[in-house]
Amino acid sequence: MFTAIFGSFEAGIIYAIMALGVYLSFRILDFPDLTVDGSFVTGAALSAVLIAGGMNPFLATILALFAGFAAGCMTGLLHTFGKINNLLSGILMMIALYSINLRIMGRSNIPLLNTETSFTKIGEFFDSLGIDSFFNSLLTMVGLGDSLPGTWGILIFMIIVTFVIKWLTDLFLQTEIGLAVRATGNNKQMIRSFSANTNLLTILGLGLSNALVAFSGALIAQQGGFADVGMGIGMIVIGLASVIIGEALFGTKSIARATLAVIGGSIIYRIVVTLALRVEFLDPGDMKVITALIVIIALTAPKLIEHSKEKKRKAKRRQEKMNRLQASAERKGENHAALKSDS
Amino acid sequence: MLHLNQIHKIFNEGTPDEKIAIDHINLTLKPGDFVTVIGSNGAGKSTLMNIISGVLVPDVGEIHIDGKNVTAMSEFKRSKMIGRVFQDPMAGTAPSMTIEENLAMAYSRNKTRTFRRGVTKKRRDYFREVLESLHLGLENRLSAKVGLLSGGERQALSLLMATFTEPAILLLDEHTAALDPSRAELITNLTREIVAKYQLTTLMVTHNMQQAIDLGNRLIMMDKGQIILEVDAQNKIDLTIEGLLEEFKRIRGVQMASDRAVLS
Repeated sequence: MFTAIFGSFEAGIIYAIMALGVYLSFRILDFPDLTVDGSFVTGAALSAVLIAGGMNPFLATILALFAGFAAGCMTGLLHTFGKINNLLSGILMMIALYSINLRIMGRSNIPLLNTETSFTKIGEFFDSLGIDSFFNSLLTMVGLGDSLPGTWGILIFMIIVTFVIKWLTDLFLQTEIGLAVRATGNNKQMIRSFSANTNLLTILGLGLSNALVAFSGALIAQQGGFADVGMGIGMIVIGLASVIIGEALFGTKSIARATLAVIGGSIIYRIVVTLALRVEFLDPGDMKVITALIVIIALTAPKLIEHSKEKKRKAKRRQEKMNRLQASAERKGENHAALKSDS
Repeated sequence: MLHLNQIHKIFNEGTPDEKIAIDHINLTLKPGDFVTVIGSNGAGKSTLMNIISGVLVPDVGEIHIDGKNVTAMSEFKRSKMIGRVFQDPMAGTAPSMTIEENLAMAYSRNKTRTFRRGVTKKRRDYFREVLESLHLGLENRLSAKVGLLSGGERQALSLLMATFTEPAILLLDEHTAALDPSRAELITNLTREIVAKYQLTTLMVTHNMQQAIDLGNRLIMMDKGQIILEVDAQNKIDLTIEGLLEEFKRIRGVQMASDRAVLS
């Protein structure tokens, strides 16, 4: 059990980078970008091919980031200069990327087992530090010693990487260009009247968004030990689930808060899925329908709750009004009676 | 400062809905001119504003701002020189961003945007100072989201954002029409103050004849895409609503069609 939760925590923090990318397009730019399903695989495919070919895994992961940026820019070009509807430009790019990803890989699946990846390197580095045995002995002390994770290195490394990316994203969104990107998603007419090129800003925003998605894909491929051409199916919905769950649970007061919420949402999503799959009659193939259900609930529940609250408030106010009216009517009646008895 | 030469614009050309929106208009604004534009619905006032700001491209004619031919310049490039306030108070600001972030975006209008921080300590002090000129207490709410402000407050902020970088031209498109009378008066007074303070060359469209008479040093009346009446500074001083309506009747031979214009 602990290992399963530990695993979903680790996956959650890697997928959080993808969710941050989805947050950039979906929330900041107000652009539901389906490119994600393709660019996630592009990142995985490119890094897997390069790593299998003997390239330094860290360098390969960085190159995956640039590939994602290019894919996002293409979607942006289709939407801004091609004047194609935003959903459709994303879908077109997603389909195109499917073939491109196959071309990059040369076949539909590349295994990375027994290959040196970013994570094996990190694992070795941590082994040499002896931190793993320290954490594991801690766990044994609190009575969780029967199922110990192989290495803490990946988790600690990924927490650092994800939070550096979160911090950079926060900083970027506060710069002059970042503010203009946010305004592009918020009020295009307004920011154009302040001499901002909304087309370029949309392209830049989508590029950055998909760069993060591809980066996350590259890391997931190395963590899972393979890249597969179908691994991106439904990725946009997982990203949305993370964003929406995070926002609902942790709030969106400021940009820094919202990005933190997205990371939290991604981890919680993974844990929920892990727990759901432990239910007897569910199998891994049901994951997509579980994801869809989570998103549907997260989207509809707040509205339903708000609606019923509003109804109750209205009923209460009406009741109070009626009571007041009745009270004043009774008072009048008494006065009337008093007058009558006088005469 | 602003020079329009033979501007002509037709909508839906070649269809049964064909309409001449702007009919060979010439207009020149000298530096510091404040021209108010009135006219009934469909007279072409808003189209004229959209052509000057670059939202629409004229079929014929040239636009010069500050001596430069900007006819083919894109909207966002042109907006370095043009400040705009729209009718809808929601249109001029970004609601989910804070007051200081909105001001920072407006502040970058005539500069190149970089990866430097948008809101710095120095800028925040400056924003506080310019916000004080609105007398709305917004200087104490710098980090409040603009979506929380009332329509009047948002429109005051839009006006400030459009003007404090001192653009060559200020375009006001019925910017008080969506507000209740007291708010509208507040914005009208602010407009007068700000235009005078920065000596802005201004073109203001309004449905409110009294406002058109009270503000500015020149007045033009539009109808069916043409400028049918120009009142210069000297004659504008003794102008009345009755006088304007009479002029319209004399020129066009019919009553002015917009009851909204008369009533407001």
